[in-house]
Amino acid sequence: MSKLQFQPRLHRAVMTTLLVAMGSLGAMGAWADAAADLPVETAELTAPPMVPAPIVRKTPAKVIVNLTTEEVIREITPGTKYMFWTFGGTVPGKMIRVRQGDTVELHLKNLPTSKVPHNIDLHAVSGPGGGAPQTLIAPGKDATFTFKALNPGLYVYHCATAPVAMHIANGMYGMILVEPEAGMAPVDKEYYVMQGDFYTPGAFGAGGLQPFDMQRSIDENASYILFNGASNSLTGKNALTANVGDKVRLYFGSGGPNVASNFHVIGAIFDKVYTEGGLKYQEQVQTTTVPPGGSTIVEFVPKVPGNLTLVDHALSRAFHKGAIGIMSVSGEEHPEIYSKAAAAKAEH
Amino acid sequence: MKTAAVCFAFVLGCLHAADYVPIAGGTLRTALPLDGETVPVAAYQMRSKPVTNAEFLRFVVTNPAWQRGKAPTLYATASYLNQWRSATDFAPHAANAPVTQVSWFAASAYCASEGASLPSWTQWEFAAAADANRKDARIDPAWRAQILGWYEKPSVERLPDVGLHPANIYGVYDLHQLIWEWVDDFNGLFVTVDSRAQGEQKILETCGAASLSLGDKENYAVLMRIALLAALNGQDSVGSLGFRCVKPAQ
Repeated sequence: MSKLQFQPRLHRAVMTTLLVAMGSLGAMGAWADAAADLPVETAELTAPPMVPAPIVRKTPAKVIVNLTTEEVIREITPGTKYMFWTFGGTVPGKMIRVRQGDTVELHLKNLPTSKVPHNIDLHAVSGPGGGAPQTLIAPGKDATFTFKALNPGLYVYHCATAPVAMHIANGMYGMILVEPEAGMAPVDKEYYVMQGDFYTPGAFGAGGLQPFDMQRSIDENASYILFNGASNSLTGKNALTANVGDKVRLYFGSGGPNVASNFHVIGAIFDKVYTEGGLKYQEQVQTTTVPPGGSTIVEFVPKVPGNLTLVDHALSRAFHKGAIGIMSVSGEEHPEIYSKAAAAKAEH
Repeated sequence: MKTAAVCFAFVLGCLHAADYVPIAGGTLRTALPLDGETVPVAAYQMRSKPVTNAEFLRFVVTNPAWQRGKAPTLYATASYLNQWRSATDFAPHAANAPVTQVSWFAASAYCASEGASLPSWTQWEFAAAADANRKDARIDPAWRAQILGWYEKPSVERLPDVGLHPANIYGVYDLHQLIWEWVDDFNGLFVTVDSRAQGEQKILETCGAASLSLGDKENYAVLMRIALLAALNGQDSVGSLGFRCVKPAQ
């Protein structure tokens, strides 16, 4: 009965697709030939907070990217578990690094143990849906699509399967860095950090295995606001490290789904902020705003040893919802820059 | 219950004794509004429980062409029934657990063998809107949360038996909280009704398009069903995807 209702629409869709396909066949052929001549390499993806090595190539390549979608139960804060939906088993998903002009062949595999379908929308893609239509896959399936990385910048990718806010709230986001053709200035340390908001029926640290809370997500009432998917992902033994005088570059993104970040590092001033993940930078910045589905690249140099603290400077999020991380800095003291002892004050 | 007792006594005698229960039909506020917010649903009968491993085994024994390894790859990929020990042995899975990893083609053939067919999306959605006491429980947040709970649990290697959760008001079991289910018209679920689309088909798996084409945004559980079905081809099979059948009203 309803099958009959569907059919006319289906036919129209098929016809449209055919016409479009026929029209673009010539252009596609030429493009495919060019891509066929490119050297082929497989991208080395990294789990956060690590960043793939800078690209030394000076010419385009065809880059194979192999990503999986995995549903994993893991601690969101010590004593409380959550079922994360992920790209590659981590929150955020594995980081991808390519060069402007590269042709990216993305293979997405949804593990057979998954419960739900997933796909990927990369903001680095110029084209409707960013890859999502080609990659919608049921558990146990895989899909491939190809795009050309036309624009340099730091781009968020995420799952775009309905209901999309739920897939993102469960941790399905990551970033792809498209280096400009001229490359990027070398630095001493690079790290990959993303902020995300999580919604559970129980309050922060309520214990047990907490499910996703749909109503709290709709109300944008986060239980957790986190860096890299756990309250302790960048603290204690997981703290980021740097030395005094290192040039540090953070690739920072906001997965959302709902909450924008006010990213600040307590004890440092950003020398450069590549606003919104683009090519132009602002200088001497204390705090930068990163919208959900957006990014920034910040650079700074730790001047003295000790702990720098990464926060969302909407500080209830840092101290009550988990948005806190540590960068442990080693090296020589520089009292002329920063005197640690309170003794100087006592002498007066 | 009566049928179950008979089956127990005459295991082979109740081959096609699956229970079908009448559903009177009515007007459905659908998550996929094609021609308006509601669609009429004519009366039909629905299998009270999903097809089980034991039932599907009998089907492939009677119809060897549908055994794994024999079914053409056009109709069933390599994962078809490959969780079974062999083509004719469903161990280590339970006899009364729902059969999964069956293609749409195989499921359709099974239903035909019962003189039935796969339900349309609206027939499935109509029956699945009910809880134990109400024909349409979808506005109840507690009911929705209960259903959503299943999606939040990891897949299990061995599914429990059918019929363990209470039946809904029609006497139909397991429309939620056990498996995904094939529907007859799954490949027609790509539609949009966004009038701005001007005939261009936007497909629902893309987040923006989904918000334009889906009528029941709060009903996450149903949206996930639609998303899963939209991800499939007819020869695909998935470990958590089974089916049930429907017949015309008597």
